[in-house]
Amino acid sequence: MMMGNGEPPVIRLASVAYTYRGPPPVRALKPVDLVIGRGEHVAVTGPSGSGKSTLLNLVGLLDRPTEGTIEIDGLDVGAAPERDRAAVRAHRIGFVFQSFHLLPHRTAVENVMLAQVYADLPRRGRLKAAMSALAQVGLAHRANALPTALSGGERQRVAIARALVNRPSLLLCDEPTGNLDTTTTEELTELLETLHQAGATLLVITHNPAVAARAQRRVTIRDGLLEEQTDGPAFAARNGDGHAGVKS
Amino acid sequence: MPASRAKPGGALAEPSRLRLHDLGSEALAGLLQRPGRSALTMVGTILGIGAFVAIVGLSQTATGQIGKDFNVLDATQVTVTDTAAYRSGRATLDFPPNADALTDRIHGVISAGFWWTVPLNRAAVSSLPQAAGGNELGLPVIAATPGALAASGARLAAGVLFNEFHQERAQNVAVVSQTAAAQLGISSLQNQPAIFVEGQPFTVVGILASDPRIPAMNLGVIVPESAALKLWGRPHAGSAAQMLIHTRLGAAQVVAAQAPIALRPDNPKLLSAAAPASPAQLRHSVTTSLNTVFLALAGIALVVGAIGIANTTLVAVLERAAEIGLRRALGARPRHIGAQFLAESTALGLCGGLIGASLGVLATLGVTIYQHWTALLDPRVVLAAPVAGAVIGLLAGLYPALRASTLEPADALRR
Repeated sequence: MMMGNGEPPVIRLASVAYTYRGPPPVRALKPVDLVIGRGEHVAVTGPSGSGKSTLLNLVGLLDRPTEGTIEIDGLDVGAAPERDRAAVRAHRIGFVFQSFHLLPHRTAVENVMLAQVYADLPRRGRLKAAMSALAQVGLAHRANALPTALSGGERQRVAIARALVNRPSLLLCDEPTGNLDTTTTEELTELLETLHQAGATLLVITHNPAVAARAQRRVTIRDGLLEEQTDGPAFAARNGDGHAGVKS
Repeated sequence: MPASRAKPGGALAEPSRLRLHDLGSEALAGLLQRPGRSALTMVGTILGIGAFVAIVGLSQTATGQIGKDFNVLDATQVTVTDTAAYRSGRATLDFPPNADALTDRIHGVISAGFWWTVPLNRAAVSSLPQAAGGNELGLPVIAATPGALAASGARLAAGVLFNEFHQERAQNVAVVSQTAAAQLGISSLQNQPAIFVEGQPFTVVGILASDPRIPAMNLGVIVPESAALKLWGRPHAGSAAQMLIHTRLGAAQVVAAQAPIALRPDNPKLLSAAAPASPAQLRHSVTTSLNTVFLALAGIALVVGAIGIANTTLVAVLERAAEIGLRRALGARPRHIGAQFLAESTALGLCGGLIGASLGVLATLGVTIYQHWTALLDPRVVLAAPVAGAVIGLLAGLYPALRASTLEPADALRR
């Protein structure tokens, strides 16, 4: 299935399931279908143990599905060799983690530049691109600060800049506000929304209803099953452009 | 429309990669994150490599030193001293009159003879008798057997050396050194010039160009031993007689053992013979004991160093699991992760090797300066040391690197 403009969707999951090898085997994700088009902002919510992390690991190519196919930008990556999956991670997926995962001994801009190492970008242009990514999250003035000198919100912004620096097709956020207070959560949600307005495709996994409410589409995962939520005016207004929804 | 199922490998023009430059800077950053730990980890390698370089340097230096000390002149010379004369403090001569002939019988002796510095109150030597107002010079007067002149390798500028005939008859003949001849105003032997030693006339038969083994002969006047004995008596304790034996190469030790017995079968203890240390003996004593013990210790230090590096790198892998997960999420392939930890352990080994080699060179220099030796160290050893360190680091890093590269990124990120 192609998008209206002939472009493949950013993510297409077809009958993707995941079973943890036992003993005893645990079926963490029942066969699900999910299509996310370019420029969409999708929130995945659900209780602990519902399979959110499993879904994130599969979409982020950190784990392989036991069934079904995964396509990123039309590339069949579910069964691809590790070198191709690593290349897709390097160039097409930007990760934002709950615990930031910044290297403590490196400055903000050095942390951002770490993403450029494996994407095989020429060293010459790296600093400029990293600085512009930091500017995009409003942290250009803190470029040379160590993570220990940054607030939680600032750290997560550095992590977002790192995710953005290679201009990925997809920004994959795993509980991005899980370690932040309410005010900072508000600011960060604002930043994600700004990035979305600028054209980024976002898949946000979150517990926080306030964060989920900002998304264009909301998907709930419960007992390994996906369920599209079609309430809310924002969704109705923004989803009127013919994007495919959840099929299951 | 059919779903596009492009092959990732074909569609991706740019695979994920880790440039050598990036690998180097990532490894270096990893080491500098914990400088204290890195330094401690290197200690074993530093000690091992340093010990290796120092041992090789010292044994090369010692071998070179032996080569320098060893020359044919020294190796073929045996000196027999009249120890009894020194001990008693009296004027004695423990060499028998036929000492030269007795010694010549020993197998391996080329020539032999004894000599002493004549104990004159005023070593007054002049070219004219005192009555004629001769100018007296203070020159050393040496009593020597013809054999001593032969054994010392004396070379003549003019004339002849005195011989057995002069010795037997105790004739007043003299060989003067070139320096003495110049001072005495003797330029030619054609007129058979005479010199006066404490008033005693001597006919100059030869002018000595040089004498390599008895330096005193290069300055003074040499007269037959028998003449000196007749005129001035036995040598004093301060300048006791000694015998010089010129041996064939390699015979010095054997000759030294036999000479006192051959000369004084009645009481060999009166004399003591000194031979040069044999080069084989010297080299053996310097290198063997040093090498085996210290090379073993250096080997142990290197093994401990390698284990230290392996242990630290393994701890780092476990400690930095989250970082490994992050790098994988950022596009690192398992081999990139492995390469990074391998590079870190190799860099540790390389730094240890560099520091160790420097310390080893310094230790070698310190010992040679203290011993007044000439330092000798093969530059290839110094250059190979850091390489050896790097190889040790590489080997030590293999297992930790394997562990790091096989970490599941999803698991690693959760730690």
